[in-house]
Amino acid sequence: MMSAADRPGIWVYALVDAGDDLTLPTVAGVAGAPVRTAPLRGHGSLTAVVSDADLAEFGEDALRSNLEDLDWLAAVAQAHHGVIEAVAHLGTVLPMRLATVYASEASMRAAVAGREPGLRAAMDRLRSRTEWGVKGYVAPAGETAAARATTPQVADDAAAGSGMAYLRRRRDALSAQRESWQGAADGARAAHAELGRHCAASRLHPPQSPQLSGRKEAMVLNGAYLLDNDRAAEFSAAVAALNDSDPRLRLELTGPWPPYSFTAQDA
Amino acid sequence: MRGNVIQSDSMAAQGYSSSASSSGSSTTNLGDILERVLDKGLVIAGDIQVNLLDIELLTIKLRLVIASLDTARQVGIDWWEEDPWLSASATRRARARDGDGDSELEEENRRLRAKVRELESGQPGKSRDDERG
Repeated sequence: MMSAADRPGIWVYALVDAGDDLTLPTVAGVAGAPVRTAPLRGHGSLTAVVSDADLAEFGEDALRSNLEDLDWLAAVAQAHHGVIEAVAHLGTVLPMRLATVYASEASMRAAVAGREPGLRAAMDRLRSRTEWGVKGYVAPAGETAAARATTPQVADDAAAGSGMAYLRRRRDALSAQRESWQGAADGARAAHAELGRHCAASRLHPPQSPQLSGRKEAMVLNGAYLLDNDRAAEFSAAVAALNDSDPRLRLELTGPWPPYSFTAQDA
Repeated sequence: MRGNVIQSDSMAAQGYSSSASSSGSSTTNLGDILERVLDKGLVIAGDIQVNLLDIELLTIKLRLVIASLDTARQVGIDWWEEDPWLSASATRRARARDGDGDSELEEENRRLRAKVRELESGQPGKSRDDERG
């Protein structure tokens, strides 16, 4: 069980129910470390999915500075997510927040001690359910309207004086953009309410900036929806129908996700 | 990372347990992963006390997420649940940053409105401020 690391700590990915007949897939953890299960004594079949984590890299001070490095963070986040996703294929999973690190398995067990009822409840709530994401963007049609407002009207401009005309066009363009955002936001609110009828629970996350979303259109909806597994197709159809019915809004479905957005409630 | 696309009904897996492969990650991008692993998930205090809310990682978070918040508030979509990342200090820091993107646009909007008023007030009978709000 000892790692070759100089100061082995424990990185925790998720809690699972060993009753789900867990045979861990061969997936590399953070820093390429092999992933294993670590039973939580006194917690029935609850089991942690962990890997050794060299405290020279994942200890408090190192972690604090490493987390500032976006490349390091991206690699660690993807490894963390990759393990959780692989485990989610096997059974119900409680994903841990990134950077949950212990000095030893014993101190991990101590930290979890006494929490079994809450963890069990969370496990039961998530069983046979999957998280899906729906992001909504201002439809490109809104941009078209804004672009139209900025089209120069050459003859009028010459007559009115270009300064005034510029200001008016600029104001109109801003106003058109505001209207398209507002329309999309109204649509997003309605879409979220409708999608709520198809899921067991929902969460709203702050809309992502274009830098994070990778899209230039403004995001107006960033929802997470916990679905019974047998309602995934129905939900997908509902998203598609909403997307078709509201020209102001462009919806995107992501998932399946491990239930990141739905673990906190009882834990 | 490529953008996500609307998934057809046939592509909608029934959840992890019955999906044929681990293809889920093909529809996820780094931004979505970061958002979830940094913000969501089970929190059980570790021995290694790195509070993600406190450390300078917040600057990354701000760069990625908070840039959109002023925009969101302007159009009334700040209706998500309370997010610890968006605490008062975070918001203050976001506002303290040089505005980019939409906050810059808003500032330009304010300047232009002022300029329009100024110009219009120079014309007889046009001094009334008919800007809304």
